[in-house]
Amino acid sequence: MMLLALSEHAAPAAGGGHGELDLMGAVFVFMLATFIGFMVIQRVSRLLHTPLMSLTNAISAIAVVGAIIVSAGKDSPGYVTLLGLIAIFCSTTNIVSGFLITDRMLKMFKKQGGGAK
Amino acid sequence: MSAETLVQFLYLVSTALFILSLKWMSDPETARKGVFSGVAAMALAVVGTLTGVIATGGTHYWWILGAFALGAAVGYPLAQVPLTAVPQRTALSHAFGGLAAGLVGTAKFFLYYGQKNEAALAPFIVVALVAEILLGFLTFTGSILAAGKLQEVKWIPQRPVTYPMQNASNLGLFALALALGVALVLHPLAPWAPYAFGGIIALSLAFGVLLIIPIGGADMPTVISILNAYAGLSAVAMGFVLNNKLLITAGALDGSSGLILSVIMCKAMNRSFFNVLFGAFGQTTTASAEGEQKAYKSDTIESAAMVMEQANLVVIVPGYGMAVAQAQHKVREVYDLLKKKGVTVKFAIHPVAGRMPGHMNVLLAEAEIPYDDLVEMDEINGDMPQADVVLVIGANDVVNPAARSDKSSPIYGMPIIDADKAKAVYAIKRSKAPGFAGIDNELYFLDKTFMLFGDAKAVMGELARKLAGEGGH
Repeated sequence: MMLLALSEHAAPAAGGGHGELDLMGAVFVFMLATFIGFMVIQRVSRLLHTPLMSLTNAISAIAVVGAIIVSAGKDSPGYVTLLGLIAIFCSTTNIVSGFLITDRMLKMFKKQGGGAK
Repeated sequence: MSAETLVQFLYLVSTALFILSLKWMSDPETARKGVFSGVAAMALAVVGTLTGVIATGGTHYWWILGAFALGAAVGYPLAQVPLTAVPQRTALSHAFGGLAAGLVGTAKFFLYYGQKNEAALAPFIVVALVAEILLGFLTFTGSILAAGKLQEVKWIPQRPVTYPMQNASNLGLFALALALGVALVLHPLAPWAPYAFGGIIALSLAFGVLLIIPIGGADMPTVISILNAYAGLSAVAMGFVLNNKLLITAGALDGSSGLILSVIMCKAMNRSFFNVLFGAFGQTTTASAEGEQKAYKSDTIESAAMVMEQANLVVIVPGYGMAVAQAQHKVREVYDLLKKKGVTVKFAIHPVAGRMPGHMNVLLAEAEIPYDDLVEMDEINGDMPQADVVLVIGANDVVNPAARSDKSSPIYGMPIIDADKAKAVYAIKRSKAPGFAGIDNELYFLDKTFMLFGDAKAVMGELARKLAGEGGH
């Protein structure tokens, strides 16, 4: 019944979504991505847990995608645009600081005799 | 190729790069490649989104550019903080992530509501919207508070704050938020819907605060990991709202990372999720701190230096105290001097040492200590009986033998570094007061234990001078 209702769901306003909502498809993607995430991250060395967290921090700033879509809407009222712009600001902060600090930390991890003085 | 196909193609490549990025983090050798891959993935995601927006006739591009520039201007200095402040920075970053998700959810709801867009507010979308703002705003205030606690901001209480009926009232509020959510799902276009939505936002903001105030510093590694997972899951919810598979994938990667880290942290403290979130540490512990007054044996730094020089194997156990005192560079000096004298020096790293997962490793790496000498708890415990000297620097609960033997201790069952099995123990401690949880540490009263009271940085500096002075001539 829910699926029936969803198939009638038209694409939201300008740039608001990409085609019709394919609920089961989205759930599949979510499930598979979670499995991949578990497998990949379980292998991350404990040594690198802090950089891992700052890296995933930057990755979660993928919210910038939604923020751009909201901000660029043509027919949206001003306050909706404003909320979107603040969200872009927040996400960009995370992208920039997250990737930079991860790289800064990783540069410090050196092996025995591996050029470390 | 239509614009839509191009967008989906860019998203596809971006997703693959995000997965590779995390895969490369498995090894310090390839980890930096992981960062570049992540940057490329994010760039493609932004380019793809802008392409889609332009193709469907978007606007406000100058404003968007401005928001990007402002974000970069704030983000850059945030990446330059000293590494001892990385836990705070990470918490702050979770807060930004949560806020972004919450705001996008709010904007979407009011946009659809204003358009009276019944189709866009289908039940499933509203469920995802409610989840997005609940997780987003809860992460926002919770992380701000966590960052404040970690930064030791004055007006935020450091000690866990508890009051009667705490859990009951939290659950009551949660039930209220759920009820509002259900009402919203059933009647998304009702005249009262914006108020219900506002109510959920207010409750989520309150939750963030209420969930974090009863949590103490020692639980921070778990809490930061949980907030990390929440930030990721709110991005997943946003992906469902916007029907955007890139958001779902990247959010799920972040969510599973946070979840795995929380589980590792919980195991390392022998506590359940539930216990960390609802079982405020600290109430039950005052009783055991009373009791008979035992005596510490303290020793001079000079004789500590002499004992360490004679040792074959010295194991250093760093803890939060090392971070607070910024002692890692002095630790490195002692490490160098001992190595020069032919002593094997290893670091024993407890998973929850410090205030976030992996905290100690980063600080020691900053001091240019090679990572092959940073050994995980499970690996080093077998070697502990062979250790001639264990040097505990600002660590407490992670070396407390009560975790193995004393069933009444709040940390009973927590896996610890077996410092007490070594031949001799030196422990650097700021003061004679008991540790964070208010628990006495039996390790300090053993016959083979000697205390070195003082600031970790000062003591390690002095130790380095003694080691250098005696061996040099």
